[in-house]
Amino acid sequence: MFTIEQVLQPETLEEAYQALHGNISNTVLGGCAFLRLGSKKIATAIDLSELKLDYILEPGKEIEIGAMTTFRTVETHPTLHQLFNGVLPKSVSNIIGVQFRNVVTVGATVYSKYGFSDLLTALLALDTEVELYKGGRLPLEEFLQKSFPKDILTRLFIQKNARKASYQSMRNSLSDYPILTIAVSELNQRWRIVVGARPLRAQLASKASEALSNSKLTAEDIEQSASLAVEELSFGSNIRGSAEYRKAMCKVLVKRGIMEVLQCK
Amino acid sequence: MKYVGKGLPKLDGIRIATGQPVYTEDLTPANTLVVKILRSPHAFARIKTIDTSQAAALEGVACVLTHQDVPKVRFTLAGQSYPEPSPYDRYILDEIVRYVGDEVAIIAAVDEKTAIRAMALVKVDYEVFDPVLDFETAAEHPSVVHPEADLACNIDIGLQQEKNIVCSHINEVGDVEQELAQCDVVVEETYYIQAQAHAMMETYRAVSYLDHTGRLVVTSSTQIPFHVRRQLARALQLPASRIRVIKPRIGGGFGGKQTGCVEVFAALVTQKTGQPAKIVLDRRETFTSTTSRHAMRLKVRIGADKEGFIRALDIEGLSDTGAYGEHAPTVFWVVGEKTLPLYNKTRAVRYHGQVVYTNKMPAGALRGYGATQGTFALECAVNKLAEKLNLDPAELRLKNLIKEGETALAYHGKRLGSSTLHQCIEKGKELIGWQEKYPRKEMGNNKVRAVGMAVTMQGSGIAGIDTASAEIRLNDDGSYTLLLGSTDMGTGSDTILAQMAAEVLETTLDQIVVYAADTDISPFDPGSYASSTTYVTGMAVVKAAQDVKSRIIQQGANFLETTVEEVTFDGQLLHAGDKSMTLEKLAELSILGSGKLQLVGHGTYGSNVSPPPYVAGFAEVEVDQETGKTTLLDYVAVVDCGTVINPTLARIQVEGGIVQGIGLALYEDVKYDTKGTLLTNSFMQYKIPCRKDIGNIRVAFEESHEPTGPFGAKSIGEVVINTPAPAIAHAVYNAVGVSVTKLPITPEKVFMGMQK
Amino acid sequence: MQIETTINGKKITLEVANDELLSDALRAKGYLSIRQGCDTSCCGLCTVWIDGKPTLSCSTLAFRVRDKQITTIEGVAQQAEEFAQVLVAEGAEQCGFCSPGFIMTVLAMKHELKNPTEQEIIHYLTGNLCRCTGYMGQLRAIKKYLGGA
Ligand SMILES: Cc1cc2nc3c(=O)[nH]c(=O)nc-3n(C[C@H](O)[C@H](O)[C@H](O)COP(=O)(O)OP(=O)(O)OC[C@H]3O[C@@H](n4cnc5c(N)ncnc54)[C@H](O)[C@@H]3O)c2cc1C
Ligand code: FES
Ligand code: FES
Repeated sequence: MFTIEQVLQPETLEEAYQALHGNISNTVLGGCAFLRLGSKKIATAIDLSELKLDYILEPGKEIEIGAMTTFRTVETHPTLHQLFNGVLPKSVSNIIGVQFRNVVTVGATVYSKYGFSDLLTALLALDTEVELYKGGRLPLEEFLQKSFPKDILTRLFIQKNARKASYQSMRNSLSDYPILTIAVSELNQRWRIVVGARPLRAQLASKASEALSNSKLTAEDIEQSASLAVEELSFGSNIRGSAEYRKAMCKVLVKRGIMEVLQCK
Repeated sequence: MKYVGKGLPKLDGIRIATGQPVYTEDLTPANTLVVKILRSPHAFARIKTIDTSQAAALEGVACVLTHQDVPKVRFTLAGQSYPEPSPYDRYILDEIVRYVGDEVAIIAAVDEKTAIRAMALVKVDYEVFDPVLDFETAAEHPSVVHPEADLACNIDIGLQQEKNIVCSHINEVGDVEQELAQCDVVVEETYYIQAQAHAMMETYRAVSYLDHTGRLVVTSSTQIPFHVRRQLARALQLPASRIRVIKPRIGGGFGGKQTGCVEVFAALVTQKTGQPAKIVLDRRETFTSTTSRHAMRLKVRIGADKEGFIRALDIEGLSDTGAYGEHAPTVFWVVGEKTLPLYNKTRAVRYHGQVVYTNKMPAGALRGYGATQGTFALECAVNKLAEKLNLDPAELRLKNLIKEGETALAYHGKRLGSSTLHQCIEKGKELIGWQEKYPRKEMGNNKVRAVGMAVTMQGSGIAGIDTASAEIRLNDDGSYTLLLGSTDMGTGSDTILAQMAAEVLETTLDQIVVYAADTDISPFDPGSYASSTTYVTGMAVVKAAQDVKSRIIQQGANFLETTVEEVTFDGQLLHAGDKSMTLEKLAELSILGSGKLQLVGHGTYGSNVSPPPYVAGFAEVEVDQETGKTTLLDYVAVVDCGTVINPTLARIQVEGGIVQGIGLALYEDVKYDTKGTLLTNSFMQYKIPCRKDIGNIRVAFEESHEPTGPFGAKSIGEVVINTPAPAIAHAVYNAVGVSVTKLPITPEKVFMGMQK
Repeated sequence: MQIETTINGKKITLEVANDELLSDALRAKGYLSIRQGCDTSCCGLCTVWIDGKPTLSCSTLAFRVRDKQITTIEGVAQQAEEFAQVLVAEGAEQCGFCSPGFIMTVLAMKHELKNPTEQEIIHYLTGNLCRCTGYMGQLRAIKKYLGGA
């Protein structure tokens, strides 16, 4: 369990940002489920609750998700059920339980770039951008690949489009962390294949995606790009599975993802 | 019968379900010290120096205790009747620490925060040794886990300290090697069962204080109040008469609380400071520093003749007891006791092997108690034998299993009093649809469905050893008080025992107050373990009820001025000719008036047999051939527990046990790192089944009548956990031809097996 | 710090430490129905409602419930007992230690979902672990309760 010396409930993001840079151990609080597992000694805990970042809006061509939005809100949001064949709700729906998903937040999850993250895998298959308070707006993929100075994630933006998508995860007990996660999507014959929990963080299998996009989508093409995904990404072992098993599952789940997208209306 | 056989709700049901403060921690007195334990980060080390001065000086700290502060008397925490077969191999705190999580120092402070702060101030310098982590090579390892000279055993259990062998055992009837050599078909396989965690929802906890006479009172979430009292007496060097142990409601036990994991730490603090003290283990400590199931390697050889009669059975075991020997010999013996007698067409049977110490968390009692491990190995081997014989595995069993009235080599002539196991198998086949589904069915989409089965036996109480007593008194208002020392841990045993008393006394349940368990007030009972409460304590209750009833009739005869033979008693009224008296009046006159005799009935019972309950378990699974993932679709358990005293509670026992068995079969993996630190130390890493993991479970009973049991009852608590692992393993094998011999059956193991 | 909050309909001032968890704060205040089964947010035993939503009190910092409505099983005693009657008739409160959190989740589900299917019931309650009962009896009780209520 972490300890907190001081609590700050800033009224502006600027104030929060300044506080974050005040002391090395100052920390932004999300839902705290993950922070709780550690024993961090937090000097100032920065609680974003007053900043009204708990929302999902769809003002125009985008869906906007505030950093403090909980997984349960994502899971039950009507528009998110309709868009992209419901991959976002589907990706979070196996995580522990309802009362847990009423706690954990989207912002913390994306900012922390967890390797096991179901949500990140799904988000990366969509046209997602993140907004950092100082770092500004940038594609999720770029955010995941590079490292940035300590910042606050404020919002996510997802292009509202006709992308079809599929989410697949491999778990032993259904409330366990995933052994592997896959998201596949297609828009205008451009495909995206994303693999997470390798156990490294979600990554776009760009060669496989490219090959699939340029193919005729025959059974062999699908097989081929699934194999490509396995080749181009790296896989590791942890207590949930070996690299070898993950590679094998990557191939299976990518195929299943593609097939599911092909069947989507 | 009016009460026996009725699915009545539990007496405490509504109150516990709605969150009333009736558990140990809820009963903490004000101003109680909080006890925390500093634990070893090393798997094997000696404490060179330990400096507690800074910690002790911290404001709010009441005491910091180390190995220098405890009596140098070795004892066991195993809850067993004296003389315990478990070795006396631990001090409250020792200079040598034997696993990651072993106790180094006890810190007591005014609140948790202070205790934790103090813990960080204790300075320990360790001399680190090479730990024994692999139980398969423990006997040859140069390190000796227990080098001490004062380790003691009450009975000869085959201890070889310098070889890390805590127990050696052999039980052979006939000549196994010779019989195996004569068999037409022999199968051989080695199986591994992991160190399952109990994972009861209420972690270990105890609260201690001194009463108005200075006696030590310990309220504890325990299955064994009387054994805890004896342990404390030895460990703290106090007369047992100076100790009182109270068991309130318990949030689950599953055998874990048959070991006294925490009481002694709180009690020592109270003894040293005179202040109330409480210890509540967190979930991580519960995973890392208490006990688990004994991990085992079991090598089975089983042989049959051409006709399909099993003629020889040999099981060689190796059991990992971890750092201390709680329940080490007894769990090991039970593996053989609950497997060898099942198939009784044998001409020779043998069970033999060793239990070793390692530098890991100690193992202890867990539901099934060795029978679970033995059943997995034996039943997997029997399924393999059936295939080799080209026989339906159900047929093979029907042909070879012991029947009521028969004996087995391991029974040495004693006959089996009751069994409907054959009917259980028939019924189970029907319910699961064995005829249509065995062995497999392709579902398309790379999915295959298949069925598998296993049978098992357990015991009911420990024959010739455990003896329970019960007392029933007639109160001044005509109601009864039933005093028990058994420990309802959610099982509903208080209710079931009251049902039995009500049946004998022909009264209603609301006329019986059940009080359990408190060593100052309750009659002696070893506690609730070894599936003993319904059977052993149940018989004691029946006897006590009969005793008080005959005293009532006797007293009635006195008041009605007639002979006992003339009096009839229907539970409310005593009649003799045209004279009658209500029970209430009789009670009033006896206690307050001219009778001058409070009527109390006593019953004590110990059985010289431990009649086995049986289960036939059937699993239907769907295996994804591309991923190796097994989905359990349906589980059918048909149970012979003798007479079912309370069908509602019995059914829940079965369902709960099956799910715990499913966890063992599919999900509950135990992993250590190379230094001996347990990695699966939380519900995040150690996955007990959640609601989505279990499929459908169906339960049926095939009642038998056990002549030695109360109303014909046997037991049910443990036997129900044994079949899922072998039945699911069998179904998986039937689906994809992969035989997983090392539990749990993970998708990866199945998948990798399919690649071979 | 001091916060104002509402527990079971009553406005209350709580003195809480910065890093105090709601579960601990509630138990300290005498709401002993709050049980904890883990330290990793996995078991659901500590479930209470915050503004009507089932939430893990063990994973919620106490200061964050300022100006919120907290409901524990003590606050819905009548509904809880109605359901408990059905649960107990099934024998599906075994040790009872998981029951308060479980019942709070069941009641929340009843408010949130109309005529849930068996799948939806199981999904909604997956975060409530129970080691005793094997879940089947709990499911039977919920179906009876929803069917009859
Ligand atoms: C037991 C358990 C099981 C889980 N299982 C899964 C699973 O199966 N699949 C899965 O995908 N995930 C799983 N998770 C992760 C979970 O879904 C969340 O991703 C995780 O808990 C983080 O969310 P939080 O709100 O709890 O973050 P917190 O614990 O509050 O914060 C995590 C980190 O993010 C920082 N942070 C918070 N908000 C911001 C912000 N706006 N900007 C910058 N930094 C911020 C914090 O300072 C902290 O360092 C699990 C977590 C737990 C505890
Ligand atoms: S106590 Fe386990 S989830 Fe809250
Ligand atoms: S009834 Fe014991 S944990 Fe659910």
